[in-house]
Amino acid sequence: MPVETVFEASIKHVSILDEHGNFDSALGDGLIPDEDVVAMYTHMMTCRHFDEIAFKLQRSGRMGTYPENRGQEVPSLAAAYVLQKKDWMVTCYRENAGLFWRGLPMEKILLHWMGDERGNHIEDVNVTPLAISIGTQMLHATGLAWASKYRGDGAIACTFFGDGATSEGDFHEAANFAANLDLPVVFVCQNNGWAISTPTTMECSAPTLAQRGLAYGMDCIQVDGNDLFAMVSVMRDAVQHARENNRPTFIEALTYRLGDHTTADDARRYRDEDELAMWEKRDPMIRLRNYLEKKDLWSQEKEEEQLASAKNIVSGVVKYAEEIDAPTATDFFDSMYAELPKELQIQRQTMRTSSLGQDPSQVDVTSQEEVSKNG
Amino acid sequence: MANLTLVQSINLALIQEMEKDDRVLLIGEDIGLNGGVFRATEGLFQRFGGDRVVDTPLAESGIMGTAIGLAIGGLRPIPEIQFEGFLGTAFDQLTNQCARISSRTRGNLTCPLVLRVPIGGGIHAPEHHSDSPEAIYTHTPGLKIVMPSSPYDAKGLLISAIRDPNPVIFFEPKRIYRSFREDVPEDEYTIPIGAARVVCEGEELTMISWGATVIQCMNAIEQSGKSIELIDLRTISPIDMDTIANSVNKTGRCVVVHEAPKTCGLGAEIAAGVMEHCFLHLEAPVQRVCGFDTIMPYYKLELDYLPDAQRIGKAIAETLAY
Repeated sequence: MPVETVFEASIKHVSILDEHGNFDSALGDGLIPDEDVVAMYTHMMTCRHFDEIAFKLQRSGRMGTYPENRGQEVPSLAAAYVLQKKDWMVTCYRENAGLFWRGLPMEKILLHWMGDERGNHIEDVNVTPLAISIGTQMLHATGLAWASKYRGDGAIACTFFGDGATSEGDFHEAANFAANLDLPVVFVCQNNGWAISTPTTMECSAPTLAQRGLAYGMDCIQVDGNDLFAMVSVMRDAVQHARENNRPTFIEALTYRLGDHTTADDARRYRDEDELAMWEKRDPMIRLRNYLEKKDLWSQEKEEEQLASAKNIVSGVVKYAEEIDAPTATDFFDSMYAELPKELQIQRQTMRTSSLGQDPSQVDVTSQEEVSKNG
Repeated sequence: MANLTLVQSINLALIQEMEKDDRVLLIGEDIGLNGGVFRATEGLFQRFGGDRVVDTPLAESGIMGTAIGLAIGGLRPIPEIQFEGFLGTAFDQLTNQCARISSRTRGNLTCPLVLRVPIGGGIHAPEHHSDSPEAIYTHTPGLKIVMPSSPYDAKGLLISAIRDPNPVIFFEPKRIYRSFREDVPEDEYTIPIGAARVVCEGEELTMISWGATVIQCMNAIEQSGKSIELIDLRTISPIDMDTIANSVNKTGRCVVVHEAPKTCGLGAEIAAGVMEHCFLHLEAPVQRVCGFDTIMPYYKLELDYLPDAQRIGKAIAETLAY
């Protein structure tokens, strides 16, 4: 036979609780205990409120650029719910919900976006600092998984990135390494439709992003990223596959960036309002609340109670982040190296780079300084 | 004559060169409908269409590498990388490929492109959005590097860069994108690449800078009340050593100011050049007022990192007292 098919593939899409409230019992029953669904919904409420307050802090000049997470709470939260404490979560910057669920103190994220590097000093939680340069972190997750496999500690790595990041070469290298070296990595692509102003269709000409993983020989799946049940379900499979078989999985989580790219962006310049309105109806929190109310696990009263609690938590976090002592000017030297080289010690001590400034004994500047002050 | 900001002046230069030469096309992330993250390409997509103002996939190496092909193929591409912190991803294509096309083809192929990149700190931006890596690329033979310090210079230098037969990096100091306006002629004009500008003449000391810190130097000079000659390099590769040497041979004292870290920054190259060309005229050691040899801090401390008029003023006083 001169011509024969040597490879065929398909991509499956998983949905359990859809935007209309339909629940697939066959897939969803018993998947998550009721009390955990309630806990994750209340967590999402706190995260959503945190996001709104962070946005307002930026708008009122109390914080720098901030990337809204609104609408994308589910993928990282579901991952954090499924992962174990020893596992690594390697994120970009729209994964607050998962990071907070893992135990990252909320004030760390605020400090980060307030331009305070103490926000990156993270202890006892296996997360890496927010990856700002797009697409860099998936290789780090691959290396972390490699280290775990080498040490035999049974930990896996789960990395998050956006649709745009799959255009970067580093993504493809990470996928290839993970598959070829049999590494326990879960790649979660939050396809939120937009890479700043570039729609996913201009990042990828294939019908799904999920199939990008196929090229590297790993399991691939597409999931409704606004559906907590579906997301937990596919995460469980991927984590199990990683932990038991040392094999990576590529998950394309379909979600949507309800806000701008960051507070420095204005999505109205390039995004259709109808599209936004359509996705607002698919808000992961709306369907989850309806689900809980239908099962009599939630009520208006509980909603109000939890909102008050969220406000209380977030106002405490904001108070901490705003009232913390200012960092000192020498702070940026101290973590540069295990031991500070001599020139850096001198720069730190004098806060000068010029040789005469570093060694004032060489000159008598009293008269010139007077001129300078008076001038 | 229009009163323009630096970013508007860049926009105007792009429009005029695109109208004049249909080989000129822009490629980059979010430069189309969105007009670029700093709005440098505002309105150009609407004016010139999607074949000449091209939103690319999110891939800096891809942008840089395809720009090389476009340039070899007879066009005049102007790729944009959104922030200097993202240049790392394009590094191999830029330094090992773009810079070497002419040399490795013995001049048979050329790579006439202009890589536009916002650079530097001072705007409260997040991590990787405030660095000053110009010396890394100055250390790459085969590239020309330009950095304007005013709206007027931005237009004239950008037009020269676009018409230059060599690859040029056009670094745009984002701190002064919108910080002041200046009269910019609507007619086309060029400012030669490779020639520094004497901003103000002086007798006692020569101060050398480029980009946004030129403004800090002007403030420091004004506050010092001294007769100081300020040189704005405009082009940082190749460096106009003649203008520097002429000035330092006159004043005998030299202070170099830049945002980038001190060690192996351009200040080191300039100090070496001054030593070579002005040795017998020097009255004081050349001083470098620079960023520290650390990672550029997040924005709460960025003003402690960046050279300001006070720190420059101290160096003026010390150099004059030596």
